[in-house]
Amino acid sequence: METLLAILVGILYTAGFYMLLRRSILKFIIGIIFLSNATNLLVFLSAGLVAGSPAFIKDGNMQAEKTADPLPQALVLTAIVIGLGILVFTLALKYKYFEVTGTDDLDQLKKTDD
Amino acid sequence: MSKILLLYLIFSVLIFFLPKKLAGYKAIVLMLLQVAVFIYFISLALNTPSGSTVIEEIPWIPGLGLNLVFVADGLSGAFALLITGIGALVFLFAHQYMKKYENTGGFYLQLNLFSGAMLGLVLSGNLVQMFIFWELTTVFSFFLIAFFHEKEESRKAAFQSLFVTGFGGLSLLTGIILLGTVTDSYAVNDWITHADEIRNSQLYLPGLVLIFLGVFTKSAQFPFHFWLPGAMQAPAPVSAYLHSATMVKAGVFLLIRLTPALGGTPEWTYIISLTGVLTMLTGAWFAVTKTDIKSILAYTTISALGILVLLTGINTMLSLKAALVFLFVHAFYKASLFMIAGLIEKKTGTREIENLGGLVRYMPLTFIFATLALFSMAGLPPMLGFLGKELIYEAKVQSPGIASLVLILGVTANILMVTVSLLFLYKVFLGKYKNRGAIPNEKGFLLLSGPAVLGMLSLIIGLFPEFFAKSVIEPALNIIRDEKIVVKLELWHGFNKVFFLSLVTVLSGAGLFLLIIKQEKVITFWRKINTRLFAVNFSDVFTNFLNNFIEFSKQGTKSIQHGYHRYYILTIVLFASALLTLQLMVTSEWKIQAPLSFRPFYISGVVIITALATIFSIISPTRILTIISMGVAGYGIALVYLYYSAPDLAITQILVETLTVVMFFLILQRLPRFAKLSPIRTKIRDAVVSLFFGGIMTMLALKAIKINFSNPVSDYFVENSLSKGYGRNIVNVILVDFRALDTLGEVTVLTVAAFGVFLLLRKKSEP
Repeated sequence: METLLAILVGILYTAGFYMLLRRSILKFIIGIIFLSNATNLLVFLSAGLVAGSPAFIKDGNMQAEKTADPLPQALVLTAIVIGLGILVFTLALKYKYFEVTGTDDLDQLKKTDD
Repeated sequence: MSKILLLYLIFSVLIFFLPKKLAGYKAIVLMLLQVAVFIYFISLALNTPSGSTVIEEIPWIPGLGLNLVFVADGLSGAFALLITGIGALVFLFAHQYMKKYENTGGFYLQLNLFSGAMLGLVLSGNLVQMFIFWELTTVFSFFLIAFFHEKEESRKAAFQSLFVTGFGGLSLLTGIILLGTVTDSYAVNDWITHADEIRNSQLYLPGLVLIFLGVFTKSAQFPFHFWLPGAMQAPAPVSAYLHSATMVKAGVFLLIRLTPALGGTPEWTYIISLTGVLTMLTGAWFAVTKTDIKSILAYTTISALGILVLLTGINTMLSLKAALVFLFVHAFYKASLFMIAGLIEKKTGTREIENLGGLVRYMPLTFIFATLALFSMAGLPPMLGFLGKELIYEAKVQSPGIASLVLILGVTANILMVTVSLLFLYKVFLGKYKNRGAIPNEKGFLLLSGPAVLGMLSLIIGLFPEFFAKSVIEPALNIIRDEKIVVKLELWHGFNKVFFLSLVTVLSGAGLFLLIIKQEKVITFWRKINTRLFAVNFSDVFTNFLNNFIEFSKQGTKSIQHGYHRYYILTIVLFASALLTLQLMVTSEWKIQAPLSFRPFYISGVVIITALATIFSIISPTRILTIISMGVAGYGIALVYLYYSAPDLAITQILVETLTVVMFFLILQRLPRFAKLSPIRTKIRDAVVSLFFGGIMTMLALKAIKINFSNPVSDYFVENSLSKGYGRNIVNVILVDFRALDTLGEVTVLTVAAFGVFLLLRKKSEP
C-alpha cells in the first residue's frame, strides 16, 4: 500500500505544480490546496503506516511499538489548519483583486500603476 | 587628539544653531576652529623635541585587537599644519565666495567634516582606522564636488570621482587586510617593527599592488588621473582645498607613512617611480594645451602629484626631503591659484583664457599674488618653489639606478611647467582686455587674503627657510627615516650641476612660451598631436565601461526578474527537482522497502479514486467540476488517514475540506469562468515539468518510508502522555500540552488570516 500512496503523493504534487503554473489565479489557489495535501500525505506516509491502532493509551499497559506514531500526526494536523488559514486569506485576496481589476489573469498583475 | 576630531563634529552641528546675527558668519566660525587647531599643532611642534611622537590610544574593538590610535609626530604634524592652515584660509575665502549661493549651511558642514576626516586620516596610527577616514574623505568630496547638483556635469563628475576613489579605497582595504595577516596587526608601528617579515612574505607583492591602487586613485596618478579635471566642477573653495592641498595628498601621505614598513624593495621603487614619472609628464604635457584656467590648474596638480609620488619612490634621504618641501611648495601655490581662479571667474564670468587678458589693469593686486604663485610653480627664485625644484633636481641627480631617465623626463616636465606658468600669467593678466562683460574689480578683500598670505609665505620661507626646515621638515624626515637628520635649506646652492639644470629649464620653458605666443600654429599642432596620440579619452573609457556594465546588469536583471510569476515557480521547481535528483543518486544504495500490493482492496480503491479525482480536477473545463473533484480528492485523503490510525487527522481534514468547498462555491458566482489563457504547447511543457517533479517526489516518498536514524521523539510523548498530560489521546495531548505554544502560534495565524479576510471583504465605507 505504501507504493500506491507514494504514487498518489506524486500525482498530487504533479497536479499542484501544474495548477501553480497556470495563469488563472483561481487555478493557482487550487494548486496550493493540492500542494498542501500532497505534503501532508508525504509527512504522514514517511512516518510509516500502521492500520487500525491509533495513538490512544488504553487501560493498563500498552506497547508503543504497535500504535501509530503520534508526532507526525500532530504536525500534519497543525499544517492542515494553517493551510486552511492561507487558503481563506488567498481566496479573499483573489475576490478583492477581481473586484478591483476585473481580470483573473496573473500576467495582468505585472503592472502596479493604472 | 580624539578631542580635536570631536570638536570638528561639534562645530559642524553648532553652525546651525548660531544666533541670528551671526548666522551669516558660519565660515568665519569654522575658520576660527581651524586657526585654533593650527595653533595647537604649531605649539606641539615647537614644544616637543624633533623625532618624538605623541600617541593616544583608545580601545575600539578589543575582540579584534583593534585600538583607535592617534599619532602626532613630525609627519602627521606637517600634514595637520597644511590641513588646518590652508583650511583656515579656504574658509575665509569661502565666506566671501559662497555668499551668493543657497544651502551654504550644508556646504560648510560638509567642508568642515571633510577637514576633520582628513585630519583624522593623517593622525591615524592604525590602518583600519585610517581606511575609515580615507573613505570619509571620499564621501564628503563626492558631496562637495556635486555642490551644483542641478547641473548634470557636476553630478557626473562627482560620481566619477566617487567611483574611482571608492574603487581604490576598497582595494586599499583589501591590501591592508592582506598584509595585516602577515603581522597579525593593523598598527603602523607593528608593521614597521615587522618590516622584514612583511617584505619577505608571499603576500607582499599582491598586498603592495592593492595598496598602490588605493594610493594612485586617490592621488590621481596615471591612468586614474582623469577624475581630477572632472572634479573641477566643484566650487573654487573646494578645488583650492581638496584638489590642491589635502585630499589628493592623502595618497602621498600614505606612501610616505608606509615607506619604513614597505619601502626599499625593487617592486616599491619601480612601480611607484614609473607611475610618478608618467603622471608627472602627462599632467604637464596636457596642461599646456588647456584653455580653461581651472583645467590648467588641475593638470598641473596631476603633474605635481606625479612628482611627489616619484620622489617617494626614489626613497633616498634627499628625495624624501624634497618631497616634504615640495608638498608645502605645491600646497601654497596651488591653493592660492585656485582661489585666484575662483576670483577671476566670479568677477569676469569666464574661465576661458582665450576670453581673458589684460586683467592687470583692473585687478593689480590679484596680478601680484598670481605672479608670486606662478613663479613658485615655475620654480623661479626667490620663491619657495625654486628651492623645492632645486631639491627635486638634486634628488633626481643622485637617485640610484634610474637617474638618467628620471632626470631627463623630470626636466622636460619642469620645462613644460615653466611654459604653463608663463602662459597663464600672460594670457590672463597681460595683453589686450577682451572680456565683453562687466568691468572686473577687486572688491571683497577676503577673496584675496588667501592668495596674499600664501604668496607672502612662499616668498618669506623661500628667502629665510631655516626656521621652516628646522621646525617642520626636520621632525617629519626624522620620523620617516628613523634617524637623527639635521635639515638645512638654502635658496642659493652655488654654481653646480643642479643650478645648471635649473637654468636650462627656465630658459627652455621661456623659449617654448615665446614660441607658443608668436606662432599660434604651435599650440594647434600640439593639440592635434594630443588628439592623435591620446585618441583614447580616459574619462570616456570610464563612462563607456560604466554604461556597458549598467546595460549588462539591466539585461541580466531583466532575464531573471522578468515579472512572470509562473516562470519564477518553474525555475524553483526545476532547481528543486535537480537537487532532489542529486540526493536520490547519492542515496541510491538505500533499498526501497515497500513492495507493490493492493491490500486491503477497499483502501486501494479509495486511493485510485483520489488519484482520478485529482487528475480530473486539472483537466475539467468548468469550475464547478474542478472544485467538486478537488473536494473528492480531499475526502479520499481523509479516508486514508482514518484507516491508518489517525482519526484526529481525518476529522480535521473532512472539516477543512468541507469548508473549502463551501467557500469556493460562495465566491465562485462572483468570479469569471475559466478562460483559455495558455496555448497547448505551454500546457504540455508545464505538464512535463510537473510530472518530472511528481515522479521525483514519489521516489522520495518511497525512500523515506521506515527510515529512522535515531529513536523517535514520540516515545517520550507516549510515555508521559497520561502521567504528565493526563490525556489518553496522545495526538491531542501533544497539541494542547507538550507543544501548546505551537498551537498558540497556529491560532494566531488563523486570527490574523481572519482579520485579513474581514478587512478585504469589508464594504467600502467611503468611495
